[in-house]
Amino acid sequence: MAEPRSAVQLLTPEGRLNTDGAAAEYLPYIDALDDDQLRQFYRDMVVVRRFDVEAANLQRQGEMGLWVPSMGQEAAQVGSAYATRAQDHIFPAYREHAIAMIRGVDLIDIIRMLRGLTHGGWDPKQRGNFHLYTLVIGSHALHATGFAMGIALDGDPTGDPDKDEATIVYFGDGATSQGDVSEAFVFAASYRTPQVFFLQNNHWAISVPVSVQSRTPLYQRSEGFGIPSVQIDGNDVLASFAVTKRNLDEARGGTGPRLIEALTYRMGAHTSSDDPTKYRSDAEVASWAERDPISRYETWLRSLGATDNFFENVKTEAEDFAADIRRRTLELPTPDPALMFDHVYSEPHPVTEEQKAWLADYEQSYGGDA
Amino acid sequence: MSDIVTGQDQVRTAHPEQTPEAPATAELPMAKALNAGLRKALADDPKVLLMGEDIGPLGGVFRITEGLQAEFGPKRVIDTPLAESGIIGTAIGLAMRGYRPVVEIQFDGFIFPGFDQITTQLAKLTNRHEGTQAFPVVIRVPYGGHIGAVEHHQESPEAYFAHTPGLRLVSPSTPNDAYWMIQEAIRSNDPVMFFEPKSRYWPKGTVDFRASVAPLHSSRVVRTGTDVTVLGHGAMVSVLLQAAEIAEAEGASLEVVDLRSLSPIDYRPILESVQKTGRLVIASEAPGFASIPSEIAATVAEKAFYSLEAPVLRVTGFDAPFPPAKLETQYLPDADRVLEAVDRALAY
Ligand SMILES: Cc1ncc(C[n+]2csc(CCOP(=O)(O)OP(=O)(O)O)c2C)c(N)n1
Repeated sequence: MAEPRSAVQLLTPEGRLNTDGAAAEYLPYIDALDDDQLRQFYRDMVVVRRFDVEAANLQRQGEMGLWVPSMGQEAAQVGSAYATRAQDHIFPAYREHAIAMIRGVDLIDIIRMLRGLTHGGWDPKQRGNFHLYTLVIGSHALHATGFAMGIALDGDPTGDPDKDEATIVYFGDGATSQGDVSEAFVFAASYRTPQVFFLQNNHWAISVPVSVQSRTPLYQRSEGFGIPSVQIDGNDVLASFAVTKRNLDEARGGTGPRLIEALTYRMGAHTSSDDPTKYRSDAEVASWAERDPISRYETWLRSLGATDNFFENVKTEAEDFAADIRRRTLELPTPDPALMFDHVYSEPHPVTEEQKAWLADYEQSYGGDA
Repeated sequence: MSDIVTGQDQVRTAHPEQTPEAPATAELPMAKALNAGLRKALADDPKVLLMGEDIGPLGGVFRITEGLQAEFGPKRVIDTPLAESGIIGTAIGLAMRGYRPVVEIQFDGFIFPGFDQITTQLAKLTNRHEGTQAFPVVIRVPYGGHIGAVEHHQESPEAYFAHTPGLRLVSPSTPNDAYWMIQEAIRSNDPVMFFEPKSRYWPKGTVDFRASVAPLHSSRVVRTGTDVTVLGHGAMVSVLLQAAEIAEAEGASLEVVDLRSLSPIDYRPILESVQKTGRLVIASEAPGFASIPSEIAATVAEKAFYSLEAPVLRVTGFDAPFPPAKLETQYLPDADRVLEAVDRALAY
């Protein structure tokens, strides 16, 4: 087994820029960002965290069936999302709220799904090629790979990174145990797909620690499939941005697939139905709180000259965002039952049509609210 | 035994070793009854193993295995990697090695990564070994709706498995049946798919620790009546009982049959009931096309044609994907939809 390499980290948990070792080769990607872009990373991490808190509150108040928190994983998500290009296709699991927002999904559509109003929520073509959430663990890794095979079949890369396409698929440490994920590695390596596998290792799959899923660092597993892989500090938004940018651009240029393992932590429960006190210690959670993605980034931005004023404004923006989500959640209409028969097929189908008509008659006979 | 009885009769199993001071009965929810049944099975047979995602310290997402890893250790109650094909495939190997694995699938909709191992391997291996090797694997599947959950968490996939020769399928509707049937399933030398109606996990019922009320593969009349037989399994049984209450107030007498075993189906109580009432309504949460109600309707039409006063009617989930939670009450058959079919049957 190869010696483990240390994870790429550009920003230390104390908020200092790392300039040595592996970090150095990625710094040019950060140097190329202007102040507004750097501040946007912060803004998005804070807004999504506030959104996450609001959604969890709505769930507790009975306004949502379920909530899936992203708390703690903002840096992995925001950094990698900004590394994608407009033409890229994003295949999320179900916790990627920050990426959804950055790609143009209205987060109320995620609320609609978890409130029990839809199984989908948006049209990826209208929403930055951000595909639907997939709740069946690991399945979508194959879809991202197939999509990338299609990109390759459509023609060789032009060499222009603003034109050449790639896919990026997000999945968790638990998902790596699914056959579908290993099969995606096989297909991707075989067909040299323009693709990045973005593995958020948040250390837990519900109650099961990553040590049950793998005895080797996960990035080494994908290397065994022939996919060049790199591990990063997933709570470092700069590393997430720079490493994803480089790997996505290389993959779109025709080098074949890449994998990034982002070491992060699920600070909250798995979902609102979960009770993490049953399986993990407060001390472990506290140790990760010290590596929080947002606070280290705030420290660094302050060292670059950001003032209280900026941070206050972001806070207000996040509050407004959350208030707006709350208001719109409470206004969401319950769908017409007829909806369940629509789009089961793309062309008329006698069974669904008959049943749709039957249900309409039946509801009518009960005064519309059977 | 009549030829219409395809249900395998098993001797009722009393437990003489039950300690005298242990209570003879208890009021338990099904979740706790299953937990007690699994505990008993683990205690009775050192070859029984539990395997699944999050079944250890967490006790499973429904807490069915709560406390069992602490009691029996991580070699008997195994938290597995997140891979259903892996779980079922390795359970098959463990069975070959002489273990009796009891697998927990976290939710109905997540059984499908293991579908190949179940249908093309587990179901066929006894036959391929010409009976020289048994495959006593139990696959526990929390299934069905009524819990307001997200996609893939409310489905009723039993028909896929009932269609597969080599698998036995059962589904308890009460805590008492759950306690007994899980132990009987574990003792079976065949693979058993054990469908647990998750919406019934928490209502309490009386569990009698002394003896089961019926063999594993038997159906049972749970309320007698004279006008229409209504039949279902799992969570549907409580809906049928509710329908029978309402019908009684309105002057119609329903006989309720709890199917309990979905493969094989024990037809004797069903046919006897239909011979009496002349009318049959079969309800289930799953889509109706190519379903268990369809199978029973066909068989009853073949075997009890001259007793029928009306066509056999099915009340099922619609032939559409299980809808978002806010529409589940319209999708799932409720007492009103059962009674609408009862009215149609009575109109003949
Ligand atoms: C095929 C399948 N099996 C089981 C589940 C139930 N389940 C939902 S999330 C989860 C854990 C996933 O862990 P991981 O992939 O690490 O992602 P995380 O939730 O930590 O982001 C499990 C077991 C599922 N959704 N799909």
